[in-house]
Amino acid sequence: MKILVCISQVPDTTSKIRFIDDNKHFNTEGIQYIINPYDELALSRAVEIEGADITVINVGKADTEASLRKALAVGAAKAIRVDAEPRDAWFVAHQIAEYVKNNPFDLILCGKESIDYNGAQVPAMIAGLLDFPSVSICRKLDLEDGKALIEQEIEGGKEVLSADLPLVIGAAEGIAEVKIPNMRGIMSARSKPLETIEPIDVPQLSHIESYESPQPREAVTLIEANNLDELIAQLHNKSKVI
Amino acid sequence: MSVLVYTEHREGVFSKTAFEAVSYGKALAEQLNTNLTALSIGNVEESELKKLGQYGADKVLTTSHEKLSDFVNQAYAAVIYEAAKQEDAEYIVLSNSFSGKGLAPRVATKLKAALADGVTELGKIEGGTFSVKKSVFSNKAFATDVLTSPIKVISVVPNSISIKESLTDVDVESFSPELPENAFSVLVKEVIRDTGKVSLPEASIIVSAGRGLKGPENWQMIEDLAEVLGAATACSKPVSDAGWRPHAEHVGQTGIAVSPDLYIAIGISGAIQHLAGVSSSKVIVVINKDPEAPFFKVADYGIVGDAFEIVPKLTEALKAFKS
Ligand SMILES: Cc1cc2nc3c(=O)[nH]c(=O)nc-3n(C[C@H](O)[C@H](O)[C@H](O)COP(=O)(O)OP(=O)(O)OC[C@H]3O[C@@H](n4cnc5c(N)ncnc54)[C@H](O)[C@@H]3O)c2cc1C
Repeated sequence: MKILVCISQVPDTTSKIRFIDDNKHFNTEGIQYIINPYDELALSRAVEIEGADITVINVGKADTEASLRKALAVGAAKAIRVDAEPRDAWFVAHQIAEYVKNNPFDLILCGKESIDYNGAQVPAMIAGLLDFPSVSICRKLDLEDGKALIEQEIEGGKEVLSADLPLVIGAAEGIAEVKIPNMRGIMSARSKPLETIEPIDVPQLSHIESYESPQPREAVTLIEANNLDELIAQLHNKSKVI
Repeated sequence: MSVLVYTEHREGVFSKTAFEAVSYGKALAEQLNTNLTALSIGNVEESELKKLGQYGADKVLTTSHEKLSDFVNQAYAAVIYEAAKQEDAEYIVLSNSFSGKGLAPRVATKLKAALADGVTELGKIEGGTFSVKKSVFSNKAFATDVLTSPIKVISVVPNSISIKESLTDVDVESFSPELPENAFSVLVKEVIRDTGKVSLPEASIIVSAGRGLKGPENWQMIEDLAEVLGAATACSKPVSDAGWRPHAEHVGQTGIAVSPDLYIAIGISGAIQHLAGVSSSKVIVVINKDPEAPFFKVADYGIVGDAFEIVPKLTEALKAFKS
C-alpha cells in the first residue's frame, strides 16, 4: 500500500498573529512552527497501517525541512519537498497532484484543514485535479479488501462510507492518536531520503491584498450570580439573541 | 452571465444555511444586474423548492436522479459544474458546511475558478474582480482576498449572513445532466443522525462546557440548558480528548469553528486555542468560578461563580421567561 501524506507547517497555536508592510504580510518574527495538527493525525494513522510504504510531501522553502525530518522520525520512509513558497491552496494542490500523476499512490492523506488559513481546500482540490474520490472530514479509516471503510462527520451526525482506491482523505480527530517520534525513529530519520523537486507553473487566480486584526470586544458586563433575570433581560432586550 | 447557488437540504427540507446562501447570491445578482439560479440535488418537493423564490431565486434547477440520493462530493460537484455551464454562471455560491467543504474546492478545480472560502460578508465587485474579507489564522485575523479569475466560487460560513426575503416569481425546472461513471466510487452505507439535536455549525445558540464540569456524569445540566434555549451543545478539547463528549462537539482552533448569535461558555478557561474557534460569536456569556479566567476578557456578559449552582438556576429562570 503506497501512501502519500501531505504535510504543512503552521504557526504554533499560541502565536500572536501580527502583520507588517502596511498589513500586507504576516509577521513571522518570533513565530515557532509546528506540523499542522491535522496533518500529524493523518501521518499517525498512516504509520499504523500494516505494510504501508509512506512518502510525506510538503510544498515549502528549506525552513520546512525540520518538519519533514520529524515526519520521517514518526515513520515515513521518504520525504519530498517541492521547493516553493506555498502561495495558496490552488498552487499547493497543483504541485501535489502533479507529483501523484508521476508517482502513483493508493491513498493520499491530508489533514482536514490547516490551522493557519483554515481553507480545507487542498484535499478536495487534489482529488478534483486527479478526479479521485475524496472524503473531507474522516474520523475513522480502515482498509479492507482493497477498499477504505470510513466514518465521516456530517451536520448533526456521521456517515459510514466505503470508498474505492485511490482516494484522498482529510483527517480529523478520532482517526488516530498523535504519534511522538522515539529515539530510534529520530536516529533513523537522519539517513532517510529527503528529496527536493522543482515546482510546476500554476496561474494565479487570487491574492491576498491585506490583513487586519479583529476589533477588540467591549469590556465584559459582570452580572451577579443571584441576578440571572438581569442576564436574561440583557440577552433579550439589548443583544436580542434570545 | 448569472449567479448560481447550490442549496443543501436534509431529507428534502432546506436548512437555514441554504436560505443564507440564496440571500448572498441574491445580493451578488443585484449588484451584477443579473439572474439568480438555485440548484437543488436529490429529492425535494416542488413546494419546498418554491421557498427558494422567497429569498430571491429567479429559477430553481432540480435534479433528482436516483443515483444522487446520497451526497457524494465527486458526483455533486459534477452536477454543479454542468449547471454552471448551462447557466453561464460567473459566480457560484455555496455554504461552507461540512459537505460544502468537500464540494467547493472540487467545483473550483473543475471550473478553474478562484475560491473564496469561509466568507462572512458580502464582497465588493469591481469590473471582473471580486474582493472579500474572510477570517484566517483561526479567527485571529482577517484577510482581504481578491479573486481575479473569470469564474468565482464563494463558500459562505453558516450563520454569518442574514437571511433576506426578496419575493420572486420562481420557475422550477428539472435538470438532468450526464453523470460521469467514475463519480460514484464512494458508497454511503449508513447515515447516523443524532436525532433531536441542533447541529453545531448551524446553531444560532451554543451551550459549551469544559473541564470545570469535572466529569461526563455532570452534562445533564448542560443538556437541559441547551434544551430550553433550542441550542446545540459543545465542549473544549480536553473534554472530548478524555472521551467525556464526542469529538464532533469539540470547538476551537483544532476543532470546529463556530459563529453563533450566542455562545455560553461554562467552566472553560478561555485558552487561546479555544477562543480562536469561538471569538466570532456575536454575543459571548461566560460562567466561571475564577474571576481571572482569560475567557472574561472576550466575554460580553460574565458571571463569576460555581457552574453547578448557576446553570440549573439559569435553566429554571429561562423556563420561566419562555412561558
Ligand atoms: C495544539 C493545540 C491545539 C489546541 N486546540 C484546542 C481547541 O481547538 N479547543 C480547545 O478548547 N482547546 C484547545 N487546546 C487546549 C487549550 O490550550 C486548553 O488546554 C483547553 O481549551 C482548556 O480546556 P478547559 O477550558 O475546558 O479546561 P481548563 O483550562 O482546565 O479550564 C477549566 C475552567 O473551569 C473553571 N471551573 C472549574 N470548576 C468550576 C465550577 N465549579 N464552576 C465554574 N467554573 C469552574 C476553572 O476556573 C477553569 O477556568 C489546544 C492546545 C494545543 C496545544
